[in-house]
Amino acid sequence: MIVALALCLVTAQQPAPRVLVWGGDAEGGAPFVEADPADPSRVRGFDVEVAERIARGLGGDRHAQFLQVQWSNIDQSVERGDFTLGLSGVEDTPARRARHAVTLPYFEFREVLAVRPADAARIHGLADLRGRRVATLGSTIAYDLLIQARDSTGVLPISYDDDVHPYGDLVSGRVDAVLLDHIIAQRALRRRGGSGFVILDQPVAIGHYVGVLAHRHAILRDSIDAVLREAMRDGSLEQIFRRWNVWDDSQGALFERVLRPGEAAKAAGAATPVQALAYLPSLARAAVVTLLVSVLSMALAVVVGLALASGRVYGSTVVRIATTIYIEIIRGTPLLLQLFVIYYGLAGVVRLPAFLAAVLALGLNYAAYEAEIYRGALEAVPRIQLEAARTLGLSELQILRLVRGPQALRYALAPMTNDFVALLKDSALVSVITVVELTKETAIYATNVGSWVVPGALCAVVYLAMSLPLSRLARRLERRWKTP
Amino acid sequence: MSALLVIDRLRVRYDTRDVLRALSLEVARGELVALMGPSGVGKTTALRAIAALQPFDEGQIVVDGFALAPGPVPPESRLVALRRRVGLVFQAHALFEHLTALDNVTLALRYVLGKRRPEAETLATKLLSELDVGMRAGAWPRQLSGGEAQRVSIARALAPDPALLLMDEPTAALDPARRTALGATLRRLCEQGRGLLVSTHDAEFARAHADRVVSLSPS
Repeated sequence: MIVALALCLVTAQQPAPRVLVWGGDAEGGAPFVEADPADPSRVRGFDVEVAERIARGLGGDRHAQFLQVQWSNIDQSVERGDFTLGLSGVEDTPARRARHAVTLPYFEFREVLAVRPADAARIHGLADLRGRRVATLGSTIAYDLLIQARDSTGVLPISYDDDVHPYGDLVSGRVDAVLLDHIIAQRALRRRGGSGFVILDQPVAIGHYVGVLAHRHAILRDSIDAVLREAMRDGSLEQIFRRWNVWDDSQGALFERVLRPGEAAKAAGAATPVQALAYLPSLARAAVVTLLVSVLSMALAVVVGLALASGRVYGSTVVRIATTIYIEIIRGTPLLLQLFVIYYGLAGVVRLPAFLAAVLALGLNYAAYEAEIYRGALEAVPRIQLEAARTLGLSELQILRLVRGPQALRYALAPMTNDFVALLKDSALVSVITVVELTKETAIYATNVGSWVVPGALCAVVYLAMSLPLSRLARRLERRWKTP
Repeated sequence: MSALLVIDRLRVRYDTRDVLRALSLEVARGELVALMGPSGVGKTTALRAIAALQPFDEGQIVVDGFALAPGPVPPESRLVALRRRVGLVFQAHALFEHLTALDNVTLALRYVLGKRRPEAETLATKLLSELDVGMRAGAWPRQLSGGEAQRVSIARALAPDPALLLMDEPTAALDPARRTALGATLRRLCEQGRGLLVSTHDAEFARAHADRVVSLSPS
């Protein structure tokens, strides 16, 4: 006890290591942040070096410590206090500035369009993409630009959760163009050996990368701004960008503007995000998508589930083994993986539209669970009921249709309703294959207004509005079917 | 009187134990035979074997010319003729819980005999009325008393008009007055030319209403 107390005292006397914990998303990859191929426990990239430069500049032997966070959650996490500084291609937007303490812009990027080589001659901007599918990363300035273009020029925005698949889908013809930061576009082109698509010279918009801190850390933000200005002056920031091959003339111009006395740390030419209210129609549209995906998936799950359950209860040994294998594989692997396999994995064989792939993946996944519910329900019908039906001369099929099925349905109704409500919520997963449903649209909305409070509450209300009537309907049916 | 049911040296084994050994009996048209014996002696097993709900190991069962042989129960597709000849009233009634009394009776009329709904309902209503449960046609099985459920169950078994009616312990849950009424009902069925094989351990009921009593003793 005394030894432990002494140890505590000794530990307390040692100064804590001075660390600047910064958050970024290594999934974003190079040149921003990526796992170091030589030592995957470490990260590298220009944002990593910017963070280190900032930590050094803050003095006191401070060093930067990386914390992995999903890119779309950087704002929320920094405000929660998970880390002090958010970096890794964080865009400068008025909403972000209003909600958080944002550093001055340290890098200028161009929103550029990528198209297939055959289209390069006739597509020069968003105006030429009326009725065409244009991909981008959700919750970005580029996505806002596409939403605006949807209303003004009629392009069809397709939102992705990552910045790799949009280019793959552009090459394969699933989308007609990609709008993203020039760094991302150039990286994608390099990965494809310089072919498959071309990047249009004329940028659609100009944006800036900034660091983001919690609103309460405005004083620290001012210190970081001072460090960034110093890094621009002494050339260390330029060296970092040159090392990662992202330096160009526009960075020099940005530095000049930032260092000019009296220049506000404001992004030049940043795209104006869509007003918060403008998201309401999108939320309504997304709710319809959620409902459609869920209803169609459930219909598929019921039909396939019935077939699987019948196979398990009535089938030959081979059929029983085959249905059992299907059910165990589907239940034993993540739905997310199944979505990827159906959408991306099968793309070489059959290029399914995203919506159809979503319905197929969800429907086939839930079919395995439905099958087990139906099997249990069929087996729960007392044997004497089946024997009574047999003595009357009904065939096995008639017994299933007239006696066993209707009785089993009553047992299955409650768990089926449960499953449908679960499916309604699981349908949020389909956003990973570009279907923008309610949760995804809410995340986009939340990122752009800089808060989850109103979008989250709205989203919850819409989900409840869909699931509660369903539970009531099921209860009413159960009451009606329950013979007194 | 021609034999409607002939059982010849029926043997049923569960694992290594004989449940029935060398049971032989006959039931003629218009005859009510009581199958008696203490609980566990194999009365229900005998009825289930006749209704082809369970296999038997030795012997033979012939119902109105339709023969059942030892071995596994044949598939339903090969039992169509037997099903038309034999009706079974379960001790627990086994009415279909999701159907009203009337629909329990119309089921076989519509889906086995292929009668249209109005005709099936007329026939079923008549059957229920004959058994004094016409007023309960619209009731769900759980709303019926034990006696009512038994009579609906008899009406359901009679719907396909079987020549042989098997009844498992029909008096088990009845008071003396109901027992007498049931006896009268069964006599009426015999007068219609049906053969009845009724398992019971109620000696008084058997003496009062059966033409013959076959006693089973433990194997």
